[in-house]
Amino acid sequence: MRHLIGPLDFTLEETEQLLDLADAIAADPAAYQEAARHKKLATLFYEPSTRTRLSFEAAMLNLGGSVLGFSSADSSSAAKGESVADTIRVISCYADIAAMRHPKEGAPFRAARYSRIPVINAGDGGHQHPTQTLTDLMTIRRRKGRLGGLTIGLCGDLKFGRTVHSLMMALSRWEGIRFVLISPEELRVPDYIITETIAPRGIAYEEVRSLENAMPTLDILYMTRVQRERFFNEEDYIRLKDSYILTAEKMKLAKEDMAVLHPLPRVNEIALSVDGDPRAAYFEQAQNGVYVRMALIMTLLGLEK
Amino acid sequence: MLNIDSIQNGLVIDHIKAGTGMRIYHLARLDRLDCCVAIIRNARSDKYGHKDIIKIESVIDLDLEVLGYLDPNVTIDVIQNGEIVEKKKLDRPKKLVNIIRCRNPRCITSVEEEIDHIFHLSANGRYRCAYCEQEERRSPEGRRDRRMD
Repeated sequence: MRHLIGPLDFTLEETEQLLDLADAIAADPAAYQEAARHKKLATLFYEPSTRTRLSFEAAMLNLGGSVLGFSSADSSSAAKGESVADTIRVISCYADIAAMRHPKEGAPFRAARYSRIPVINAGDGGHQHPTQTLTDLMTIRRRKGRLGGLTIGLCGDLKFGRTVHSLMMALSRWEGIRFVLISPEELRVPDYIITETIAPRGIAYEEVRSLENAMPTLDILYMTRVQRERFFNEEDYIRLKDSYILTAEKMKLAKEDMAVLHPLPRVNEIALSVDGDPRAAYFEQAQNGVYVRMALIMTLLGLEK
Repeated sequence: MLNIDSIQNGLVIDHIKAGTGMRIYHLARLDRLDCCVAIIRNARSDKYGHKDIIKIESVIDLDLEVLGYLDPNVTIDVIQNGEIVEKKKLDRPKKLVNIIRCRNPRCITSVEEEIDHIFHLSANGRYRCAYCEQEERRSPEGRRDRRMD
């Protein structure tokens, strides 16, 4: 049985196939509206994440399936002290597939070891968020027509931003990728991403402090939010949250065909004036998130044929 | 030089990096043995300058994974009738199960009951938690680690 726990669980070829299916769904959603009929998705959300949960639920409903679950630990058996291992064994009796969001890192991995149904990691603490990665890959591929041979700028919170780590790991498998890592010193990408993923594959990268200087070289700019919940110290959060803001002025420095991505929600790191720019791809990205989750559910349930 | 009697039947864990003998003593659960165990710290070594040595007056079933994790350079001499009958060399284990504990407070292992603490040897030679992927963080020298039961 297949699960999706980390961004490298699917091979490059499998990822391309999944994105092909997502593209086919995007081109003709009606053709898939009965694809998961009589199948049930359990959304096990131990911490609030309206966006990701609704994206999963929309995906399953679009496929003609149904959805059950909980949206916070308070309303689940976790409040009574039930372990993740026990919860997933019970949920395996109720649903055909599960999407789990958990504040503790590795919880979906733990669940997958005990599950009788496919488990999808819908975000585990500051660790991984592989369906966001698939969404990002789909958006990049649709905008640029390919996933290799691109200069990818990643901006903002590169230390705690799990979407950044997952995306870098996933993209590092394609040829000709170059990363420009734009962050304050305090929010640099963790060393292990460099030493274990980027450097061994000979991937070109540079770490810079200025967003403006990096703009002209980028094919993709991936903006991230400086998240309050990832800080232990409120003072650090307030000092760094406005560090890197994308404005219409800065967009003038970018290539005509660059695309701006953001995992959303944004706070103020992308000015509203950028929204009307055709290079702004972040709302399209949210739409792609539904398509790619539809493709993922179909793939893990073996319904793609 | 301090004299510790040679043993007739037992094990000698030799070439321990100086200062890590006590850690091995606890993590390999030698503190639970009934037989005589001698820990020699800072013994002179031609090869390393100083080393620790542990002598165990019984041929016990040592946890080689723990020893390989703690110090892959140690050797284990099996002594019978006062003679070395076997020398064992160690490798770093690829996987550790319930030998060390993940110290990341955000890791599922910090809250989940009855969970195996699993670490994998990563490409950079460090051990990484199978759940949260954080690298192991060793306790300060001399502090006793808590081994899983």
